[in-house]
Amino acid sequence: MAKYLLLKHYRGAPASVNDVPMDQWTPEEISAHVQYMHDFAARLEGTGEFVDSQALAPEGTFVRYDGEGRPPVTDGPFAETKDLIAGWMVIDVDSYERAIELAGDLSAAPGAGGEPIHEWLEVRPFLAAPPTITE
Amino acid sequence: MTSQVNEVLLRSLTPSVLGILVRRGADFAAAEDAVQDALVEAVRVWPADPPRDPKGWLVTVAWRRFLDATRADAARRRREDLVDEEPAPGSAPAVDDTLLLYFLCAHPSLTPSSAVALTLRAVGGLTTRQIAQAYLVPEATMAQRISRAKRTVSGVRFDQPGDVATVLRVLYLIFNEGYSSDVDLAAEAIRLTRQLAAAIDHPEVAGLLALMLLHHARRATRTAPDGSLVPLAEQDRGRWDTESIAEGVEILQAALARDRLGEFQAQAAIAALHADAPTAEETDWVQIVEWYDELARLTDSPVVRLNRAVAVGEADRPRAGLAALAALDDSLPRHAAVAAYLHERDGDLATAARLYAEAAQKAPNLAERDYLTRQAARLNARRCR
Repeated sequence: MAKYLLLKHYRGAPASVNDVPMDQWTPEEISAHVQYMHDFAARLEGTGEFVDSQALAPEGTFVRYDGEGRPPVTDGPFAETKDLIAGWMVIDVDSYERAIELAGDLSAAPGAGGEPIHEWLEVRPFLAAPPTITE
Repeated sequence: MTSQVNEVLLRSLTPSVLGILVRRGADFAAAEDAVQDALVEAVRVWPADPPRDPKGWLVTVAWRRFLDATRADAARRRREDLVDEEPAPGSAPAVDDTLLLYFLCAHPSLTPSSAVALTLRAVGGLTTRQIAQAYLVPEATMAQRISRAKRTVSGVRFDQPGDVATVLRVLYLIFNEGYSSDVDLAAEAIRLTRQLAAAIDHPEVAGLLALMLLHHARRATRTAPDGSLVPLAEQDRGRWDTESIAEGVEILQAALARDRLGEFQAQAAIAALHADAPTAEETDWVQIVEWYDELARLTDSPVVRLNRAVAVGEADRPRAGLAALAALDDSLPRHAAVAAYLHERDGDLATAARLYAEAAQKAPNLAERDYLTRQAARLNARRCR
């Protein structure tokens, strides 16, 4: 088993095929989308492949150490940040192929007009603990 | 077949059993561990062999566990000598043990999250695993939080009550955490507040209990089957829990009659006025505004003023609500959502839609974000038609 992060971006990913902002959908389309996401997570729980799913607020702050005895420096939020993460799902699956298949399913979530969004999701493997037998 | 252990009854005995151990001279942290062990043992043993005196059983088992643990720890031999003698019953406590435990677990030296965790365990009798699940953190993290909290209060004298307001804040936090897991924190908060109300006569304790009951009564109608939020005006009032409302109102009236108003009584009064309206249109907004004025006087909270602006918009005209809103800092949480609502009531759908979308961006949770996005979508769809 290997863990993968399915990463959803507010910004930074290539544009979706069905690229309409959510507040321009009908309320029914929004409900259908939310339901699809619930069902997807429930299905992965059912197959024993779900680990975690979280959404993030769009605004964040950059922080860095500023030396002994000084408070950390903060900066942002930056309106022009190119890459903005919206949320993620962590899955634990048997193969890379399975991770790709599931990301494809998730990207098919319905949007405007009830049509799939075809949203670009980023699939990133976790760096795992080293195996017991290495040679 | 024997029956299941009544877990709520069992847990209701937790604080008094713990209080007895502490009075016998056990230190709080060790006594608390021993009581938890006894609770686990009770769940295992009672179904087949129910005790005649459940509390006596728990005290005996917990005390034995405490002695075992103390003996096992050679470094604490001196304390063993102290506690191994058959304990003196001690002088009759002037203040109820249960009450003292509430104060200890909400001690001002604890952070809010620590106070919440310690209260749920030491007063509520929940296991660390249950508390961890309720707050969506790893069990090891919660165990650490609880043991640090116990260390923090280990030097606090267990003999006099503190400020009841600190206890109420902790119970309010527990209630507000919602319904995310198997452990029903709202119901647990009500149980703990009820137990506190039985131990101390204080109008604000009654006020908080009334507030919780009145909110809890609407719980089933607050979300749709698909999990989306249903605003107060659209809730199915026929499904509100009338028993819970009646109890809340009765407790509140008795508290208000004592003429020592506090913020929880004022909040409960507002909740009662909503509960009392047969339809959303019949809500007595004029009285609600008056209660918000009281609340603003008591707390001086900008969030109260924000809610007051909504009430003013209903009692008077949306424009009056917008005027009240204009006096407030627009960086306040939910400011955009309130502005959107009032602009819609005022007929300015374009501004309302824009503000709903903006509010969705700032929403503190997914349910609210989805709700606000849907509001924006609803108005945009209507304007396009």
